Amino acid sequence: MSREDVLVTTQWAEENLDTPGVVFAEVDEDTTAYDGGHIRGAVKIDWKNELQDPVRRDFVDKAGFEALLSEKGIANDDLVILYGGNNNWFAAYAYWYFKLYGHGNVKLLDGGRKKWELDGRELTQDEVKREQTAYSATEPDTSIRAFRDEVVAAIGAKNLVDVRSPDEFSGKLLAPAHLPQESAQRAGHIPTALNVPWAKTANEDGTFKSTDELTELYAQEGLDTSKATIAYCRIGERSSHTWFALHELIGLSDVKNYDGSWTEYGSLVGVPIETGATGASK
Amino acid sequence: MSNDGCGAPAQTATSADLDTQGQTVVAGKVTGGEGPLGGAYVRLLNGDGEFVGEVQASAEGDFRFYAAPGSWTVRALHRVGTGEASVTAAAPGLHQVAISVA
Repeated sequence: MSREDVLVTTQWAEENLDTPGVVFAEVDEDTTAYDGGHIRGAVKIDWKNELQDPVRRDFVDKAGFEALLSEKGIANDDLVILYGGNNNWFAAYAYWYFKLYGHGNVKLLDGGRKKWELDGRELTQDEVKREQTAYSATEPDTSIRAFRDEVVAAIGAKNLVDVRSPDEFSGKLLAPAHLPQESAQRAGHIPTALNVPWAKTANEDGTFKSTDELTELYAQEGLDTSKATIAYCRIGERSSHTWFALHELIGLSDVKNYDGSWTEYGSLVGVPIETGATGASK
Repeated sequence: MSNDGCGAPAQTATSADLDTQGQTVVAGKVTGGEGPLGGAYVRLLNGDGEFVGEVQASAEGDFRFYAAPGSWTVRALHRVGTGEASVTAAAPGLHQVAISVA
């Protein structure tokens, strides 16, 4: 797989805003940014209200995904270009999720909303209305999604990559530094996990580092590429970003995103937790 | 504030007499050549220069991080340029820092 199969540049995007069969979608947890100005023609996907089940802790099921994409006017054969704020965390989550439900023709806008803004490219408040489609999804592909029992069994057996910041990994902070530190669950990390913060895979402008740089990064951090890998963070979106780097850019075959992540693991009764900076790589 | 998600919340001005409730808050304003500069991406880097967090400053240039005692660098990216400043937070409380972008 080449980089062009999974990423588009902001330049490409600007040149293809009106290309038939290409649909842009902005994905964010907080959609006020979209409302304040978005890429022309892009539909809005609300990570919290549209991709997550309103009651259970899970994402929407196959029927829910089909209804959502139909309503957004996305057809099965459309090329979907996803982008968003927060260095594409939520867009990367959506990408993983589109793949999980069998939408093969999806790419990320490299650098997301940040790169687009830093380039000084146009944003508009125009309302976007696309005609309803009849979208059909496949059964979820769980070969890219890890669940808790599998994560516990992976300790010492598979690569576990904790992509949170070093202070969250060590247990000093419970949440990213832009959020109040108010979580209730235990702090720390899963024993044997490597700490490779997602930010190490990205340039300052939000674009992904080159595939060679990514390969070298994980080699230096001690990732054993002969083993399967599970990535996690706090709620599963930063680890989607790393899943993208490992699975889509480097091209490792067996990589799963553990979307339960620390908010699930750190609240489980009886599982081992490690604190301090000493990961498997140190 | 909801802590369900992980995204950076909308930024607002931080009052100088903010009760940080025991947290270590690093906050301030981004300015450009003509006063407050809105919408810059502000990155929090730790003492080793490692990335810790990022927010997008408000239309008035305001940003805020919940950090921990230590030495920090805040770095702003904007289409008109970049800028950075250092701040040492010796103890919990509010630590104000201004960033000038050129």
